[in-house]
Amino acid sequence: MSTEAIPNLTAFDEAALDQAFAALEQQARAAAAALDTPEAVEAYRLQWLGRKQGRLNEVSSRWLKAAPAEAKKALGQRFNALKAVVESLLDAALGAGPSDAALAAEALDITLPGTRRLTGAEHPITRTLNEIVSVFAALGYSVGVGPEVETDFYNFEGMNFPPGHPARDTQDTLVVAGQERRAQRDRLLLRTHTSPVQMRTMELQPPPVRIVIPGKVHRNDAADATHSPIFHQVEGLCVDTNITFSDLKGTLDHAMKALFGSSVKTRFFPSFFPFTEPSADVQISCIFCGGKGCRKCKQSGWIELLGCGMVDPAVFAFAGEKQPAYDPKKISGFAFGMGVERIAMMKYGVSEIGQFYAGDMRFLGQFV
Amino acid sequence: MKILTKWLRAYLPGLPVEDTQLAEDLTLRGIAVEGIYDLGAGNGSLFEMDITTNRVDAMNHYGVAREAAAIYGLPLPALEFALPGAEAAGKPFSVKIEAEDACGRFTARVLRHVTIGDSRDWFAGAEVATYFGLLEQKLISNAVDATNFAWLAMGHPTHAFDLDKIEGGIVVRRARKGETLKTLDGLQRVLDPEDLVVADHVKPLALAGVMGGWDSMITPETRNVLVEAAWFDQMAVRRTARRHGLHTDASHRFERGADFNAAPVASALVCSILLANGGSVEGELVDVRVPAIEARTAQRAPVSLALSEVQRILGTTVAAEGITATTVENVLTALGCGLASKTESGSASWQVSLPSWRLDVEREIDLIEEVARVYGYNGFANTLPSFGGGVRALPWAEAEAAVRRTLLAAGFHEAIGSTFCSAAEATLTAPQPGLVVPLGNPLSEEAGVLRPSLVPGMLTMIAGNLNRDVSDVRLFEVGTVFSGSTEKVEERPALGFGAAGSLPEQSALHAGRAIDFHDVKGVVEQVLARFQMRTVYFDGFPGETGLMPAWLHPYRAARIVADGITVGWFGQLHPSEAAARKVKEPVIAGEIYLDRLYMLPLRKPAAREISRFQPVRRDFSLVLEQSVAWESLDAALAGLQIPELVEWRVREVFRDARLGEREYSLLLGTTFQAPDRTLREEELQGFQARVVEAVGKAGARLRS
Repeated sequence: MSTEAIPNLTAFDEAALDQAFAALEQQARAAAAALDTPEAVEAYRLQWLGRKQGRLNEVSSRWLKAAPAEAKKALGQRFNALKAVVESLLDAALGAGPSDAALAAEALDITLPGTRRLTGAEHPITRTLNEIVSVFAALGYSVGVGPEVETDFYNFEGMNFPPGHPARDTQDTLVVAGQERRAQRDRLLLRTHTSPVQMRTMELQPPPVRIVIPGKVHRNDAADATHSPIFHQVEGLCVDTNITFSDLKGTLDHAMKALFGSSVKTRFFPSFFPFTEPSADVQISCIFCGGKGCRKCKQSGWIELLGCGMVDPAVFAFAGEKQPAYDPKKISGFAFGMGVERIAMMKYGVSEIGQFYAGDMRFLGQFV
Repeated sequence: MKILTKWLRAYLPGLPVEDTQLAEDLTLRGIAVEGIYDLGAGNGSLFEMDITTNRVDAMNHYGVAREAAAIYGLPLPALEFALPGAEAAGKPFSVKIEAEDACGRFTARVLRHVTIGDSRDWFAGAEVATYFGLLEQKLISNAVDATNFAWLAMGHPTHAFDLDKIEGGIVVRRARKGETLKTLDGLQRVLDPEDLVVADHVKPLALAGVMGGWDSMITPETRNVLVEAAWFDQMAVRRTARRHGLHTDASHRFERGADFNAAPVASALVCSILLANGGSVEGELVDVRVPAIEARTAQRAPVSLALSEVQRILGTTVAAEGITATTVENVLTALGCGLASKTESGSASWQVSLPSWRLDVEREIDLIEEVARVYGYNGFANTLPSFGGGVRALPWAEAEAAVRRTLLAAGFHEAIGSTFCSAAEATLTAPQPGLVVPLGNPLSEEAGVLRPSLVPGMLTMIAGNLNRDVSDVRLFEVGTVFSGSTEKVEERPALGFGAAGSLPEQSALHAGRAIDFHDVKGVVEQVLARFQMRTVYFDGFPGETGLMPAWLHPYRAARIVADGITVGWFGQLHPSEAAARKVKEPVIAGEIYLDRLYMLPLRKPAAREISRFQPVRRDFSLVLEQSVAWESLDAALAGLQIPELVEWRVREVFRDARLGEREYSLLLGTTFQAPDRTLREEELQGFQARVVEAVGKAGARLRS
């Protein structure tokens, strides 16, 4: 830092004093602006405010002493003003820390991508299952589960698919080896639907029952874009006195609105399932076009989503073997089941069902 | 199945709606029209139908017309086909039903001097050629076309025999051991004694209700014909068809229940088409019936139906009046039921007789469904049942959620793998070899058994990623594993996990390093930390012990033991298994038996006081023999039981050329802190001396 030495002052009129002090202030400011390290700030403080060699001390000793008595007051005022300026410059320099130039040397390319750690993604099927289950939990449904390997009784016979009945043809079944010699009822198979858990629940618990059953099921189907031998269902069962078909309609209408938005409409069609009667298929207004008709809904405005119906008295009769309270003359109930993959494919725009089971990081990472 | 609206309108000239409205109305009543194709002016539309298996009665034109008649309240004329007067027969054609459990009715009509050739239009308004043209159904010859036409019109299977090939008469019976029959598909079939056949007095002629025989089929040379229209039992036809691997239109219908009363009508329809090319009827229709079967099909006992029951099941309608007695009567009458009212204590109820073509309707609930169906499901209100009970979650729901959350937070994506694996993979990974459950009809050899472990699926998915050049893989699966025998299968929940690639996963600035055993061990420890347990340790087994699962690297893998119980295994994939999967990168994978973990209570978070006093860090640079594992230092430090020693850990492990060949360095970091005071230098020196002594006994010396 090069600062001119303090000159001797010869004239002490106001104009001369103003000019002399202005020059000093300018020097002080210039020097303060260049301060870039804590060491430089300390040097500045010593240079200007030091008790022995400080410049202000020098001004005081040279100019004040030399000044005539009548000029001492004006000079003193200007001296105090200059001192205040220097102190404030010093305060500012002390508070400011490193200079901008020093900081500029530490510049980063802020446009480089951030360093990322993987965030785990819940599987879209789990996510969809949980969403469905929580909608029904809010309606008072408990959660139930059952085994993936079932007996013929629970999967078929108890669900009113008698042995040899053509309705069994609609659910191609994977079977455990070596069952040929066992009684038909006891034969082990991979459950083709979550409906067996209806029977298991009723056998353990008298009415009222409200249960929602998420689970994995299997069929001996060739895989294609929309079919997989492995898939998931959510089953529901509600049994009590005075449960009606209109209750079934109201419950599913509410659930579909909760899952897909309050503007969704539902409509019900007659269908056939051996374990319900009357049976229905439920369509919702297309969630892509709002019902106007688009490619996704094949221009119909509707999307078929689930099967349901009133529990068939024959199913109650099977349950009644262990829980006599399931008397179809006194109680009634409804059941429903939906394919989780289909709903997840719709919600997330998945085009190939096989992607759910491939464990491809690129696919799964989209659901974070 | 395809339906022509032109044909429907021939049965129902008064149909008051356009084809598109008709399709919608049918669909809303369960006779689903999947597609509508305009066939051009005057030809109406073609409906592509999707009819549920219980409604075989509606899988034909007359059946759909019956539904439309019920919807619009139209009268539907009965099907009748007049035949020319018969020439007297010497004696009636001989028909005998021996298998009275399986054949309920057999009608036979003899036609003489027919001409087999092209079909001719045979009566106004229902031209075979026109309808077949619109349906793109090939015209073959009048004999084949006639049975096809009867099938399309009324869904009743019929069969025409070359009469001159029949020896004696017809016998419907079970096949005899060793009998053979060449069927119309050209196959020579060996018959089973359970097979139901239509035979003559010498030989079988046809598989009853499934397929005709080659030797008695109609040929251009045929002059005399026997037309069969019969009723066969569901199970008998199903078993015969199954046994011979056949599924024909005829078997489809008979398996699901044919109309007992349709046989004579279908016979007349077929005969009238054949006779359009000339020929004559000989004798009366031979009609043999089995009373027991007639009683359970065409003459079923009436079913009681109460209006109160209809209302109890169906509930509230949008319309204020609800389901009334009039609604019930109109719907069921239109469907062909007969209703006899029986007034009981002021509430309407009926005795309902059932139509012969609706074998699926047999109980009160079936009638209630018919009422709801034709009334229209969307005419019912949306109501919600009241509920006063509580909601129960699964007992392990919270524990499972905690496991999932931990893996997700550690950066693992959740996957769902195959439920199956190959027998070889099962042998490699099953926790209990020998308890692997094979499938009877697997999808493929690679999916031959129920997975005993989540590891095969996990390895397949990891290899899939790596082989697709996705290098950073972190996957987990929570799923069921199976063990047991073909008699009894046990299912248990398990957690599978696997990782490959580098850490950090994506950085422009920092060099990655390969994810390793200890990275994954950290995740395992985090999972275990969600549960309350007294002890956790990890141990390995040298290769020669045979205790290490064969899929794991014998010196880079560990067993996980919590409270003395093995809860899982993890480690680096064995190099030969990696090579077998064409994987070059190290893969760290493992499995935790969740059923065992779920037996432990979840750890409940609890706060403890954090000391306000200064903690003091002291590091010790140690040298250890290669054979001394961290575990022994850890145990020695724990054994000190110094309350002020609040934490100790390995800060660094490294090899140093200046040390002996079988030695390594370890930088041990310790932290001392007291809850109630600042530690004094003398105290600290005392603690340090004890630490040095303890680790010294464990085999470590201070580095000078």
